[in-house]
Amino acid sequence: MSVTTVEPPAQKPTVRPQRKNRRPKSSGWWMPYALLAPAVMFVLAIQVLPMVIGICMSFIKLTKAFIANWGSAPAAGLANYSITVDFNSAVGKSLLSSFFVTCGFTVLVVGLSWMLGMAAAVVLQKQFWGRGFIRTLFLIPYALPVYAGIIAWKFMFQKDTGAINHFLFDNLHVGGEKPFWLIGDSSFVAMLIVAIWRLWPFAFLMLMAGLQSIPSEVYEASAVDGAKPWRQWRSITLPMLKPVNVVLILVMFLWTFNDFNTPYVLFGNSQPPAGDLIAFHIYNASFLTWNFGLGAAMSVLLLLFLLLVTGIYLIVVNRRSRRA
Amino acid sequence: MTIRTLTAAAAIAALALATAACGSPSSSSSQNSEGGKTLTYWASNTGTSLDHDKEVLTPQLKKFEEKTGIKVDLEVIGWNDLQTRIQTAVTSGQAPDVVNIGNTWASSLQSTGAFLPMDEDAMKAVGGSDKFLEAALETAGAPGQVPTSLPLYGMVYGLYYNKAMFAEAGLQPPKTYEEMVSAAKKLTKGGQFGLSLRAGSYSTNAHFAFLNSAQNGAELFDADGKPTFASDGVVAGVKRYLDLMQSEKVVKPSDVQVDSGQGVHEFAAGKVPMILGATIDSAILADGMKAEEYGVVPYPAPAGAKDIASFPAGINLSVFKNTKNKDGALKFVEFMTSSETQTALNDKFGTLPVLKGAKPTFLADTEKAKVLLDIYATQSKPLPLVAAEDQFESTVGKAMTQLFSKVASGSTVNEEEIRGVLETAQQQVAASAG
Repeated sequence: MSVTTVEPPAQKPTVRPQRKNRRPKSSGWWMPYALLAPAVMFVLAIQVLPMVIGICMSFIKLTKAFIANWGSAPAAGLANYSITVDFNSAVGKSLLSSFFVTCGFTVLVVGLSWMLGMAAAVVLQKQFWGRGFIRTLFLIPYALPVYAGIIAWKFMFQKDTGAINHFLFDNLHVGGEKPFWLIGDSSFVAMLIVAIWRLWPFAFLMLMAGLQSIPSEVYEASAVDGAKPWRQWRSITLPMLKPVNVVLILVMFLWTFNDFNTPYVLFGNSQPPAGDLIAFHIYNASFLTWNFGLGAAMSVLLLLFLLLVTGIYLIVVNRRSRRA
Repeated sequence: MTIRTLTAAAAIAALALATAACGSPSSSSSQNSEGGKTLTYWASNTGTSLDHDKEVLTPQLKKFEEKTGIKVDLEVIGWNDLQTRIQTAVTSGQAPDVVNIGNTWASSLQSTGAFLPMDEDAMKAVGGSDKFLEAALETAGAPGQVPTSLPLYGMVYGLYYNKAMFAEAGLQPPKTYEEMVSAAKKLTKGGQFGLSLRAGSYSTNAHFAFLNSAQNGAELFDADGKPTFASDGVVAGVKRYLDLMQSEKVVKPSDVQVDSGQGVHEFAAGKVPMILGATIDSAILADGMKAEEYGVVPYPAPAGAKDIASFPAGINLSVFKNTKNKDGALKFVEFMTSSETQTALNDKFGTLPVLKGAKPTFLADTEKAKVLLDIYATQSKPLPLVAAEDQFESTVGKAMTQLFSKVASGSTVNEEEIRGVLETAQQQVAASAG
């Protein structure tokens, strides 16, 4: 006893921090975990569980003969995957072309939406009469219910009765034959227009919010140094918006790559090859042929691809910012 | 302390599970009905609109409730959604008790094993298999197996024509494909096209791929059930149908976007003299065209080809195997296929009877009814009764929609391209079947 009581003072400096660390643990350290547990469990149930089930599905032969009783579906091993990535077969080939269409679509939609959003946000940064009204106006596509918005576009894109052909050919008298918008190759353009129309207000909203946090003194100071608007935008706005941009572009990329609503509502049951986005393609692959194992395998591949892209993107972006 | 932690964790887990359990199956009211006094029934869109179906069916369901005390919850589902809805029901097990299916899906759905087999006992409960027309009963499932559906309404494809427009041009109703084309050519003038197709609907396209191939004597599946879509007869058949728009130019290119009743409206309005449709009389009449203003003939085959004008199309009734109220469901099937209900429904929907000895009453003139019944009884060949039939419809039908799109936007589709597209469809079906 006495030894122990004597010795501690000498070691006090090193012991005390340990004790301090341990003290919260000793009573009720589990409380935060317990409070978090329901949330974690729901996340597991809502996010992870379906993912795991999806991955399991991709390894079984879940065709319509077994759909009523999943347990009886035979294991397929990697068969679903080998069909999917066999790009000489019809299934693989169409998946690959759908993948390329989706890549092109995503780059164009994200790029153009970002540009439009940025332009609008910068223009509306200045105070002028009617600014609030225009801001609200710009946000309408984002606020509209998805289905209602796209179905309106679908009507407008009709060949003989649609507003777009009417405007172009009957009002502006563009020469030539009225084109189909929703079939053939022009369906890509139609889909692009609708997707940008829906997405750019989001970019606008985020960038507008980001612009509020840039102090006006910086602009004033640079103006004193003789910086023109373009230089100001490039050297002040862009770098200071970087944190917003990093997240914004990532989110827009993921949304657009997984876009299902736009082609589904626009094309219904007969998707043209040029409008065959990958999420829609997977839906068709599994629901039309009742082959859910194959659809699951495609989904898993899509998931891996998105994880890879997101990972690389974040590493590159973070490394750059650390270097800077 | 560890014990306390564990109990806390267990309590929370139990709580989470309990909430999760609350969220699941209880939604389907039919499954936990008290004493089997309720049935859920999914009806297909047979009439001119979903509301029309509801209007026609509700009085019959009332009658059934008075008779048996079983209340029927009705939901009418459009054709674009019905297959997906059935799929979801099969997958999740949260199904209605009784459902309408397109009879061409019968063997596909049979292979899921989710439907009640109509064995002898079940057949007896619904009034015996003898009461049905043989041609209709053949559509109930794959040959040699216990069917999982029973015929409800019969339909056939026919070529409907506008009598006044034909008389004006001095034309007779066509008897061969060639006559149909020449009549259509004569009637294609001044912005008007001779024939209207539902070229945007994948199922209609698949049906005509089948019919034209069958006229050529080609089969879609070989004896082992393997798809043979890319055979010469099928390619030629598909080409013949596409050529109505492509080389004969008697079909309006924008028909490629028609996937519902739009063509019927134009026909009834006198804007197009001929239309292909499956017992669309009630829709035509509902649009205000009078029965004596139009006629119907079988969809003609080319001279020298097989005389096949349609398949025994229609709607069948299936009972889900996991119904909690099997007796009630069978009683309901018996009621729906009884001659009294059949007469009432066929009259309102303008569909053909599926019972022996019954006469179609939906048309004022029995002449048209006779034509349609004749097609049903003598000029019909069933679509392949194999499990992959629905996949034929979706893959080939959609491929044809794409081909029509190409034609409509001005490019030409040759035989080689058709064969390539059909080969792709064939591989898709083989991949998911094998």
